[in-house]
Formats: sequence, structure tokens, C-alpha cells
Amino acid sequence: MAAEREPPPLGDGRPTDFEEQEDGEDLFTSTVSTLESSPSSPEPTSLLTEDVSTNSNGPKPAEVVLDDDREDLFAEATEEVSLDSPEREPILSSEPSPAVTPVTPTTLIAPRIESKSMSAPVIFDRSREEIEEEANGDVFDIEIGVSDPEKVGDGMNAYMAYRVTTKTSLSMFSKSEFSVKRRFSDFLGLHSKLASKYLHVGYIVPPAPEKSIVGMTKVKVGKEDSSSTEFVEKRRAALERYLQRTVKHPTLLQDPDLRQFLESSELPRAVNTQALSGAGILRMVNKAADAVNKMTIKMNESDAWFEEKQQQFENLDQQLRKLHASVEALVCHRKELSANTAAFAKSAAMLGNSEDHTALSRALSQLAEVEEKIDQLHQEQAFADFYMFSELLSDYIRLIAAVKGVFDHRMKCWQKWEDAQITLLKKRETEAKMMLANKPDKIQQAKNEIREEIEEWEAKVQQGERDFEQISKTIRKEVGRFEKERVKDFKTVIIKYLESLVQTQQQLIKYWEAFLPEAKAIA
Amino acid sequence: MMEGLDDGPDFLSEEDRGLKAINVDLQSDAALQVDISDALSERDKVKFTVHTKSSLPNFKQNEFSVVRQHEEFIWLHDSFVENEDYAGYIIPPAPPRPDFDASREKLQKLGEGEGSMTKEEFTKMKQELEAEYLAIFKKTVAMHEVFLCRVAAHPILRKDLNFHVFLEYNQDLSVRGKNKKEKLEDFFKNMVKSADGVIVSGVKDVDDFFEHERTFLLEYHNRVKDASAKSDRMTRSHKSAADDYNRIGSSLYALGTQDSTDICKFFLKVSELFDKTRIKKQNITSNPDALPHLQLPSESPPPAMKIEARVSADEDLKLSDLLKYYLRESQAAKDLLYRRSRSLVDYENANKALDKARAKNKDVLQAETSQQLCCQKFEKISESAKQELIDFKTRRVAAFRKNLVELAELELKHAKGNLQLLQNCLAVLNGDT
Repeated sequence: MAAEREPPPLGDGRPTDFEEQEDGEDLFTSTVSTLESSPSSPEPTSLLTEDVSTNSNGPKPAEVVLDDDREDLFAEATEEVSLDSPEREPILSSEPSPAVTPVTPTTLIAPRIESKSMSAPVIFDRSREEIEEEANGDVFDIEIGVSDPEKVGDGMNAYMAYRVTTKTSLSMFSKSEFSVKRRFSDFLGLHSKLASKYLHVGYIVPPAPEKSIVGMTKVKVGKEDSSSTEFVEKRRAALERYLQRTVKHPTLLQDPDLRQFLESSELPRAVNTQALSGAGILRMVNKAADAVNKMTIKMNESDAWFEEKQQQFENLDQQLRKLHASVEALVCHRKELSANTAAFAKSAAMLGNSEDHTALSRALSQLAEVEEKIDQLHQEQAFADFYMFSELLSDYIRLIAAVKGVFDHRMKCWQKWEDAQITLLKKRETEAKMMLANKPDKIQQAKNEIREEIEEWEAKVQQGERDFEQISKTIRKEVGRFEKERVKDFKTVIIKYLESLVQTQQQLIKYWEAFLPEAKAIA
Repeated sequence: MMEGLDDGPDFLSEEDRGLKAINVDLQSDAALQVDISDALSERDKVKFTVHTKSSLPNFKQNEFSVVRQHEEFIWLHDSFVENEDYAGYIIPPAPPRPDFDASREKLQKLGEGEGSMTKEEFTKMKQELEAEYLAIFKKTVAMHEVFLCRVAAHPILRKDLNFHVFLEYNQDLSVRGKNKKEKLEDFFKNMVKSADGVIVSGVKDVDDFFEHERTFLLEYHNRVKDASAKSDRMTRSHKSAADDYNRIGSSLYALGTQDSTDICKFFLKVSELFDKTRIKKQNITSNPDALPHLQLPSESPPPAMKIEARVSADEDLKLSDLLKYYLRESQAAKDLLYRRSRSLVDYENANKALDKARAKNKDVLQAETSQQLCCQKFEKISESAKQELIDFKTRRVAAFRKNLVELAELELKHAKGNLQLLQNCLAVLNGDT
């Protein structure tokens, strides 16, 4: 099972391969969970973890999952889990390494549509990037839209189907414009596949939107009210952002799973995303195990950069959460304000009616109209508040959780390496003892065994070291990329938000200017 | 924490006074001018310094001040209400009790939670609460002042002896607040009165004017009540939204100072936009009848979202307070009408009694005198009531006009200010990126 693969010629090693082979056995040696080591995936390309014998043809209950609470408990560990669904095998086993195309995941900067700047804080493979770009010959150009939510089916088995439209000039896709229909669990399935392949080697995989029982149930039940349409819209926008972020990542873009998701008209149903399935339960247990694990690993951080970055992300996380809470409060209050303004408008209209001084009466009615329009304004502003600002913040909070997860993986990697070293040491001690013991016959056989084991462990130690270095390198690049993205994202969104505020004020001015002469006209 | 904001329109200018009821002319204003020059807030009570300037011979001096508490104002108001001679006038509504409870509670909670927040946050919130406290305080001062000025402006009421005592007597009036028993009595009195009011209102009035006024006032009063409540809610949500901006500002600031990338400049600039470094609430003139108010020095243009808080404060002043005041005034007008109807009913009863007495030829003289009295009373009330109601309308229209114009102007000013700040900020941000 632990057949090591050759690194592809281009060089820095394909971390994905190695990890897959070894992790099955070694990853959780220091942890509590024994489930992983239990016999599971018979496939040679078993991927990270924790999996499952039971689920593939498991029951397909309605998409509604009842474990939102529990998932939230371990929210930050969401991305660490991957599923091993039989559907994936045909894609994966055919290639030497799953997530690959000849391009190695080193392009730190995804050349964007606008600029081709190659400046990045951390670049180890500049030369290779240039080579790759030429090889690709494409400008990074891909646009994804999620639209047309449609309710399919009835009752508790109903679901919303979204249309995913891709427009691209990239050569790897067969057409330049195409669209498919996907449902929410498909997105979750895509995410879990990507996460299983890339997270543990240090790539920051954008997290998928969260499940929501309440929202979905309302939709299924067929309640056609504003809250369910709002929910669908919120979800649609979130799915769009998710896909856009995912394709921006140069490595993930190359992934065949992603391509299949975008292109193929029929996608095998990702049942493992259901929480009640065996996979789901396994996931939860593992999350718990991970949480415990994290607390027990004491890593000697030799690289100050990582420590610094981790601290930074911790702070950033806190700050973002606070900001998010305030923005959510703002959205709530604005909606309240809008409702109260509408009520006041009606009341003022009534007052104007009963006022017997004609000019004043007219002015009061005008006031009522102005307030009504202002109420509309407030509503629109509340939408802007929410969709631009608040959702951006919640996306980033989840992204940072993914980043933290990546750092945790690095820790685990280090732990593995450490453990290998310790085992090697023990084996060497045993050997040394044997040498001293001096019992000729038994010794030879035992010595050979020990020798073999030592060699094995030496290799593992080396591998561990390599892996650790690789993951550290990857993380550095990823973090650099992430920071750039973050800056860009925030700037764009905040500017857009401010522009929406500007619009609101301009409208306000118009309304009050119209009202003023009326007020002055009261004789 | 003071600032002036377009103080011009807030001042009671001479022209505005001209819009007031015709009874009031400039001369009488000179004869008796009352204002509250100072106020002190102690644990439970507020002490107002009532300052009078008068050329009337009744007073010993031309200018003097006394210290009064809220209960003494209420005592004065009640003495007017209970005075039969004033039955035909709209008694200026009593000022509401100073209510700092909510504010005090918040300050207390803040004190308790001091440990859990950063020093910055604490000082900020403290400032906010202090400003709120100050705003409420100013409002209550203004309302007491309005009351006194209305009395002083009324040609009949200003001559009231109790009023003069109130203004001049520099000892404590020993007006204790009503104890429980008296409050209970009041409660019953009110119930009887409203029941009576229902009976009395059933009587159709001979005079069209009064009939019309009655229906009008009834409806108007209810609608003003509704509008006042809704306006209150609206300004309160506005205020909470403005507070949120404040918090967003400080979070952005924290983000900006902690961030290592070049986005920190960005955050800092935006946080400037949102942040309130000091709370600004506009100075209070809740008096729709307009009085000189404390003038405050103006300040340099504040960050945009401070403006949001100002907007909500202005709305509160110009709209909510206006409506609240007219709620009370319309109640007072209703009371006048009630008294008149009561006297009409009495008059009619007296007539019937007289007829009965004449028929029986017993106690005729008595019945006649009582009928005479009732007649006189009724006519007196009717006459003055008519004038009062007309004045009420004029005052109301003027007040609404003034406040609505000011509201619109302030909203415009704020919106324009806000707009400019946002555009400036956007220019800077776009220039950076």
C-alpha cells in the first residue's frame, strides 16, 4: 500500500502522491482515533483519511441534514475531512497522481485578466513559473456565474438546482462557453474532493458555503415568502463567490474534478456530503479527534515566519469576527429602521389627512411620501450592507479557518516526521542492544529484520523531512497569494460599498430637496 | 461636547414670534421674560434656576432668579387646571418628568463591564453615554422652559398670583410630591373625568365651530399620538444604526492598525469615515413655540458617520419632539373643550332645573341665580375658548412649518456633508489602489 511514487521530472516533488500513500497509516498514529487504521479503502490511491466502508450506497435521505450544530462545533476542521467515494476512483486511479497536469502547483501569482504582475513576497520557483506560463500560453481568463435557481422535485426530496455558467478562453476546456445544472450537494462534493487532495499538502482550499437546515426546509416545503427567496438568493451568491474563488487558485483550476464539475452535464451524486451517512459520522469523530490532537502536539517552531503568521491570522480572525458582528447588527437595525420608517410614513399620512389647515395637510402628506421613499432607500441599503460587506466578512472568516487548517496540517506533518525519527532512534537502539547481546543464531535473523526496519524508517524519516519542507514551502506561497487576494478583495468590496452609500446619500438629497419648498409653502 | 449646528433657524427670531398667536406682542414680551438660565442634576432631582426679567410693578425687582424643582412646576400647572377662572383657556401642558433612569442604568452597566473591554472602548462608550445623558438633560430643561414661557406669554395666565409666587419666592415652595393616597385620588379623578367626558361628548353642540373643533381634535389627537410613537421608534432605530457605524469604525481601526499588508492604510482611512471620536448630539430646542436656547460654538465638519448620529438626533428633535409636544397640547385643547361641554351641560341642567322650579314655583330665585351663573360661566368659557382654539391652530401651523422646514434643511445639510465625505474618501482610496 505504501508504494512510493517517483516525483515527476519537473522537480519539486509531488507532495500529493506521497502524502496519500503514507497518511493512511501514519497520520494519526499519535492520536486517539483508531478508525483510520481500520481496513478501508482498497484502492491504491487512497487518499487522506478517515474512511469509510459503509457509505457509497448508503441511504439517500433528503438533503436535509440535522447536524448543523455539531458541524459548527468543529467548524474549523471542516476542510480537513475528505471522502472516499467510489465515484471518484475512475478519475483518479487512471493517472499517476491525482491532481495533476504537467503544471506543478507553484504559480504563486495567477496572472489575472487585468495585470500580469509577477511580484510576490515569496517565490521559490520563479523560473519555473515563467516556463509554465509559456507552456500554458493562456491568459488567466475564466468567468463563472451561478444563476437561475430552480426548484426540482417536491416535498422533502426537493432541491434547488443552480445553473453554473462558465466563460473562458483557457485551452484546457473543450468549449469557450458552457453551462451545467448543479445542486448544492454537488458543490459540497466538489469541495470535499478538492480538500482531500490539497489541504494536507498546504494549499488553501476555499471553503464551501454552509448548509442550513432551516432555510432548505422552508424551500422544500414550498413556502413562497420573502425569507425563503432571500435564502435562495443568499445561497446562490455564496455559491458563485465560492466557485470564483476556487477557479482563481491556479492549482485548483487544473484539477480534473473541478473541470468535471464545470463541464460534464451529469455528475455522480455526492452522497457523502450528507451528515447522517457513515461518512458524515466518521467526519465528526475525526473532527473531534483533530481538535484533541491539536492541543497535544507541541511543535518546536524553527521558522519564525510561521509563528508570526499564525499569530497574525489568529488576530485577523478575531478582528474579522468582531467586525462581522457589528455589520450584522447594522443590517438588522437598518431593516428595523426601514420598517419603522414605513410605519411612520403611514402615520404621517393619516395625520395629514386629519389636519384641517390645507397647506399643512399637504405638507404632511408630502412628508409621508418622502419617508416612504426613504424607507425604500433604507431597504436597498440594507441589502447592500449585507451582500457586499457582511458576506465578504463571513467568507473570509471561513477562509481563515481553512488557512488555520493548513497550518495544522503542517504541524501534523512535522509530528509525523518527529515520530519517524523517534521510531528510528528506538530501532537503532534495539539494534545496538542486539549487537552487544551476542547470541549468534537467533541474532542473525533478528539482525536482518532490524536492519530492514531501520532502513525502512530511515527512508520514512527522510520522507517526513521532505514532506515537511514541501508543505512549509507551499504554505508560504499560498499565504502570500492569500494575502494578495485578501487585500484585493477587501479593497474592491469596500469601494463598492462606499459607492452604494454615496448613492443613498444622493437620493436622500433629491428627496429632501423636493420636500423643502412644500414645507416652506405652509402659510 | 457642544456644537452649534445651523443655529440660525433655531433661534426664535422676531419674525417667528410674529407668527405666534395674536395675543402675544413684542411689548408684553418685554414686560415679562422668563427663562431657565441654569440647571443642576443631582442624584434624584434636577434643580432649575428660573430667571425672570420683568418691568411689571408686581415684582419687587426687575431681575431675579430662583431655584425650582420639577414638582414645583407640576404644582403650578395643577393650580392652573384647578382654577375655575381659567376653565376657558388652554392650559399649557406640564413638562414631563425628567427621566434619567435609562441613561443611568446604561452608565451603571458600563461601569460593571469595565473590565471586559479595552480602555479605548470604555472611554468611547463612556463618552457616548455621557453625551446621551447630557442630551436628555438639555431636553428636559428646554421643556420646562417652554412651559414657563407659554405661561408668561399668555395674557391672562401671566397675571396669575401663583405664577408670580413661583417666579419670585426664593424659598422652597414646600410642594411635596403627591403621596400614594393623593395619587390614588388623582387616578380616580381621572377615571371619573374620562367617563364624564364620554357622557358630555355625547351632547351635540349648538355652535358649529365647536362641534367641528371637537371632532377635529379628537381625531387629530389620536393620530398625533400614533405618529409620535412611530416617529420615536424610527429615530431610535436610526440611532442604533448610527451606533453600529461607530462600532464598525472602531473595528476597522483595529484591523487597520494590526494589519501588516498595505491594506492597513485603506482600513484606517475608511475607519476615519465611520468613526466617531466624540459623540455629537445637536443642541436641544425641542420647543416648537421656539425659545432662545443655549448657543454652542460650531465645529469643524465631523466624520461622515458621526453625521448619521446627528441625523437621528435632529430627526428626534424636529420631528419626534414636535409631535410629542403637540400630543400634549392637543390633549390640553381637548381638556378645554371638555370643560366647555361640561359647563354647557351644567347650563342646560340649570335651565331645566329653573323650568322645573318655575313650574313648581319653589326655590325659583335659587334656580335663577344658579342658572345665571352657569350661563355666565358657559359664555365666558365659550368666548375665550374660541379664541384659544384659533390661537392653537395658528401656533400649531407655525410650529409645524418651522420644524418641518428645519428638518428638511438639516437633512439636506447632513446628506450633502455625508456625500462629500464619502466622495473624498473614495477619491483617496481609488487614488491609492
